[in-house]
Amino acid sequence: MTAPLAAPADLAIVATDLTRRFGNFTAVDHITFDVKAGEVFGFLGANGAGKTTAIKMLIGLLEPTSGEAKVAGLDLRTQTEEIRRRIGYMSQKFSLYEDLTVLENIALYGGIYGLTDRQIRERAAVMLETLGLSDDLVGRLPLGWKQKLAFSVALLHEPAIVFLDEPTGGVDPITRRQFWEMIYAAAARGTTVFVTTHYMDEAEYCDRISIMVDGRIATIGTPLELKQQWKVPSIDELFVRLARPS
Amino acid sequence: MTDPAAVVRDVSKTFGETKALDGVSFEAHHGELFGLVGPDGGGKTTLFRILTTLLIPDSGSATVLGLDVVRDLWAIRSRVGYMPGRFSLYGDLTVRENLSFFASVFGTTVEQGYELIAPVYRQIEMFAERRADALSGGMKQKLALSCALVHRPDILFLDEPTTGVDSVSRREFWDQLDMLRSSGLTIVVSTPYMDEAMRCDRVALVQGGRILQIDAPAQIGSRYPLPLIDVTGAERYRMLLALRKAPHAHSVYPFGTSLHFTDERPGHDPLSVIADLREYLTANGFTDVTAQPIEAGIEDSFMELMTPAQRAS
Repeated sequence: MTAPLAAPADLAIVATDLTRRFGNFTAVDHITFDVKAGEVFGFLGANGAGKTTAIKMLIGLLEPTSGEAKVAGLDLRTQTEEIRRRIGYMSQKFSLYEDLTVLENIALYGGIYGLTDRQIRERAAVMLETLGLSDDLVGRLPLGWKQKLAFSVALLHEPAIVFLDEPTGGVDPITRRQFWEMIYAAAARGTTVFVTTHYMDEAEYCDRISIMVDGRIATIGTPLELKQQWKVPSIDELFVRLARPS
Repeated sequence: MTDPAAVVRDVSKTFGETKALDGVSFEAHHGELFGLVGPDGGGKTTLFRILTTLLIPDSGSATVLGLDVVRDLWAIRSRVGYMPGRFSLYGDLTVRENLSFFASVFGTTVEQGYELIAPVYRQIEMFAERRADALSGGMKQKLALSCALVHRPDILFLDEPTTGVDSVSRREFWDQLDMLRSSGLTIVVSTPYMDEAMRCDRVALVQGGRILQIDAPAQIGSRYPLPLIDVTGAERYRMLLALRKAPHAHSVYPFGTSLHFTDERPGHDPLSVIADLREYLTANGFTDVTAQPIEAGIEDSFMELMTPAQRAS
């Protein structure tokens, strides 16, 4: 475990005035927010609102134009490498190798994250057991299985925070719900889950959510708080109201 | 109404070891907005490729506008509009050039097709000189739809036009489909989003290469075979796990802030199911429980219709 620096230990992410410009376009415009350790945080917004740019900064793939952030207690500007070792990431595009088997994929990612052979063997066995998978070629698995496997692989090195970018797009409704049970299980083990989704019912499953509009965080809170504050029956209604102000 | 606009009879298609379509049959009527609803990998794209004459079925037959998809492929191609799932435009051509290109391929002009595309195209016309790959996702989608419509097709096939699109843009896209339908166009559209099924005249629920059910969206819910109860309360996740162990539980799924509890006894009085559930939850330490009988939605029905093997996967 890396000792947290300035950020309080109970905060997994602290972003302060985080900003990213591309030319004269401001994709992310002074966002300030925090994510508590162990919570399921829903990061919502319309296409083009700046979500992906914000996530790329938080996982150290894109340098902020200004502002700062602490991720897992580490400084985004000076400790990018350490941050990458302490986080997991699963993109909306399937990120495992289709022509490798399940175990080969696990061994590959385990190696990249510096796990020992023994750790890889043990964690792989637990993973196959939990998922009920056999060691097939990944390319032959149905989409729902692939997404569950990709999530498990993103957790392989026991990261403090896992970033999930639209993990349930296109999967069947039962798998979508099983995926959320995996999210709850990860959070119950203390992993912070940072998730984006276009399914507004899934927004209701988060401990807290934020909604980004035009590069800014328009609102943030628990789903219940937001519904009361904005006097709307569902997060879907709130999303429509904020994303398309009439 | 004469012949249906599209007829699929017992169509199967296999790729290697994968059975993409397994005896699929349906009809889409003229002027209908017909939805193929189901997850990715269910066979929807294969079905579109057969209907647009790009793939030949292994067995079974299909007609579009009364024309056979294998024998009459050239006659069909000029009369259908097809928007494939992946972005299909030329990124290094401008918006206007893309549109002109698609018009010219079909031997027509943008002017001749303008009336039909106008409601959609007007929203991106201000970017006519912008290269297509510099458009936002929503604008690309509007351009792709305009290109699929510019030759004034008699039937439009849209393969997952809203996948990866936020919920507000999805609503707007469906508003546009409503407009196109009211002009008399037949539209066959696929989607993995169950809520979009409500905007179709009729839907086929598609999973694992098979059609699970075909009906008007409201009818699908009313055919749900078991008592269905909406339950809310504090500690939702713990309650979910507890309800799965409740007597006569058939299935329990989270739905936003609620849990949907299905009782395994067909025709059992929902109010007595609720009374039993309240007693069970109180005995297990849950408070603030509300429970009411509800009509099933598309997603409830879809999950119930999935085969046990599919549910396990």
